[in-house]
Amino acid sequence: MNRRLRLTAVPYALYALIFIVAPLLLILYYSLTTGQGTALSLDNFRRFFDPRDTVYLRVLWRSLWIAGVSTAICFVLGYPMAYILSQMKERTRNIISFLFILPMWMNFLLRTYAWMTLLERTGLINTVLKSLGLPPQEIMYTAGAVVLGNVYNFLPFMILPIYTSLTKLDRNLIEASEDLGAGRAVTFFRVIFPLSFPGIMSGLTMTFMPAVTTFIISKLLGGGQNALIGDLIEKQFKVAGDWGFGSAMSVILMVLILLSMNALSRYEKENAGGGLM
Amino acid sequence: MKQLRCLRYGLLALFLLLPSSCKSAPTPGGPSTVTLKVFNWGDYIDPDVTALFTQETGIEVIYTMFEANEDMYTSIKASGDVSHDVVIPSDYMIRKMINEDMLRKIDMGNIPNHALIDDRFKNLAFDPQNEYSVPYMWGTVGIAYNTTMVEAPITSWTALWDEQYQKNIFMMDSVRDSLGVALKMLGYSMNTKNEAELQEAYNKLVEQKPLVLAYTGDEVKDKMIAGEAALAVVYAGDAITISDENPDIAYVIPQEGSNLFVDSMCILKTAENPEAAEAFINFMCSTPIATRNWEYINYSSPQKEVIAQMPEEFQNSPARNPSAEDLARCEVFEDLAQTTQYYEDLWTRLIGA
Repeated sequence: MNRRLRLTAVPYALYALIFIVAPLLLILYYSLTTGQGTALSLDNFRRFFDPRDTVYLRVLWRSLWIAGVSTAICFVLGYPMAYILSQMKERTRNIISFLFILPMWMNFLLRTYAWMTLLERTGLINTVLKSLGLPPQEIMYTAGAVVLGNVYNFLPFMILPIYTSLTKLDRNLIEASEDLGAGRAVTFFRVIFPLSFPGIMSGLTMTFMPAVTTFIISKLLGGGQNALIGDLIEKQFKVAGDWGFGSAMSVILMVLILLSMNALSRYEKENAGGGLM
Repeated sequence: MKQLRCLRYGLLALFLLLPSSCKSAPTPGGPSTVTLKVFNWGDYIDPDVTALFTQETGIEVIYTMFEANEDMYTSIKASGDVSHDVVIPSDYMIRKMINEDMLRKIDMGNIPNHALIDDRFKNLAFDPQNEYSVPYMWGTVGIAYNTTMVEAPITSWTALWDEQYQKNIFMMDSVRDSLGVALKMLGYSMNTKNEAELQEAYNKLVEQKPLVLAYTGDEVKDKMIAGEAALAVVYAGDAITISDENPDIAYVIPQEGSNLFVDSMCILKTAENPEAAEAFINFMCSTPIATRNWEYINYSSPQKEVIAQMPEEFQNSPARNPSAEDLARCEVFEDLAQTTQYYEDLWTRLIGA
């Protein structure tokens, strides 16, 4: 029985091997090549971390910063929304969570293009502002526009996991907390919030990762003025033809994401334990 | 122009309402045996032309698009060449592809319409014997400017460094075009391999970056029509498209000189259907089709009969028909060979800066 069950995992294992493990190894291999000869070297990484020429490091820092701000805003907007949603009657909350997913049916690129039409100087927002006699705003092609694009596109990825973890919460624990004399605030901060940590973790991960690696949002809404590490990677593959350097940047980004995930999950374990005690 | 905007908002609203736009099912056409894969620039053909070709020859066309020469080149390299038969790159890229043995010699005997190509566009440096390419469109790079947003007519590239146009400038997201602008402004060749000159041009672009609103591609047309910025570096044909929609737009080939480009049709070495590819190229050179494409794209046509039937008012347009003096100041891009990587590095750093 056990062995048969294990057999059912073979298709996925194969899939993972071909489409996940092999490409990762290829990227790792390419990151060590320079296009000149077959010798492996760390030149691409040296180029990235060159202390005399910090342009790439600055782009990396900008990407982390913009993704961090976007994720923080998503969290601040998303958690209360998820909480309110989880308190609703089942029928209502199903309808509303469906409404959250609804925009995702439409292509992400189209939704981002739509933002261009809203934010431009001659766009909808500025046209309305002007007709009200208010000063027009420079929103397009700024870091703010990129953050806005990130928040808009990735907010559902923050709300939904938190909402799921909140709805699965054991009601008895909340009742116990209230029975033992805790007020609503104390119950929230000492029981509900810590118990929703797994949801928060997936929410943070699922928002931060696409935000830090995006290139299309920064290209369309940032106009090349706020290039992120994703833009540089895309350029290496699509235009410059320098696969080695592009792969090296991808590897650096992957390592960074892995490290931060690791740190976050360790933090989560400590806190989840403490919260339950 | 207003109408266009309304239409866009309308479409936007429609898209928001319709979660999934209905896709028309693939038409179960007759048992077509031959397919031809064409790889061309975005928005660079009359959309009906491929259907007309299929109608006439029974050859099915799979049409895909690219945004820049470099983009096309890396995509062909990456896909192992089998994904396309006909490609339409520009001059310097054609030279590079010939050098790398990526193109197939064209049998001009199968392209009688090659005789209709103006002699000015034959025997050019990138293909001196006319063995590998048939000119499709040509044009210049210049500045499209909104006459209501500038004080005096623009004449020089230096306008792009003028602080009064801060955040009012669109540059091209394209390595050779943007570095070329800076090089020309400094009085250097757009084909320079001198690293000191390139470094100087790069420094100029870094200095300019705070003045630039955005580095764009094809969308610059919509932006300039809407009046998003005062100045934009554009291809001449795009300037015409823009000024057709927005009469405030003028086009100038700056006095320092600029780039003259020739985009030509080529057949890849690995093409599965060279005969079909030659038939397609011949079809594209025929007068009715060349006229259709010329009217749709607005770039200058190298086809004699198209040139001859050009209305008089177009003759004096610097975008449609640049003067001999203007053209004398223009350079055709050459393949940079080993220096390509240096250009690319500078460009990556500029975008990152």
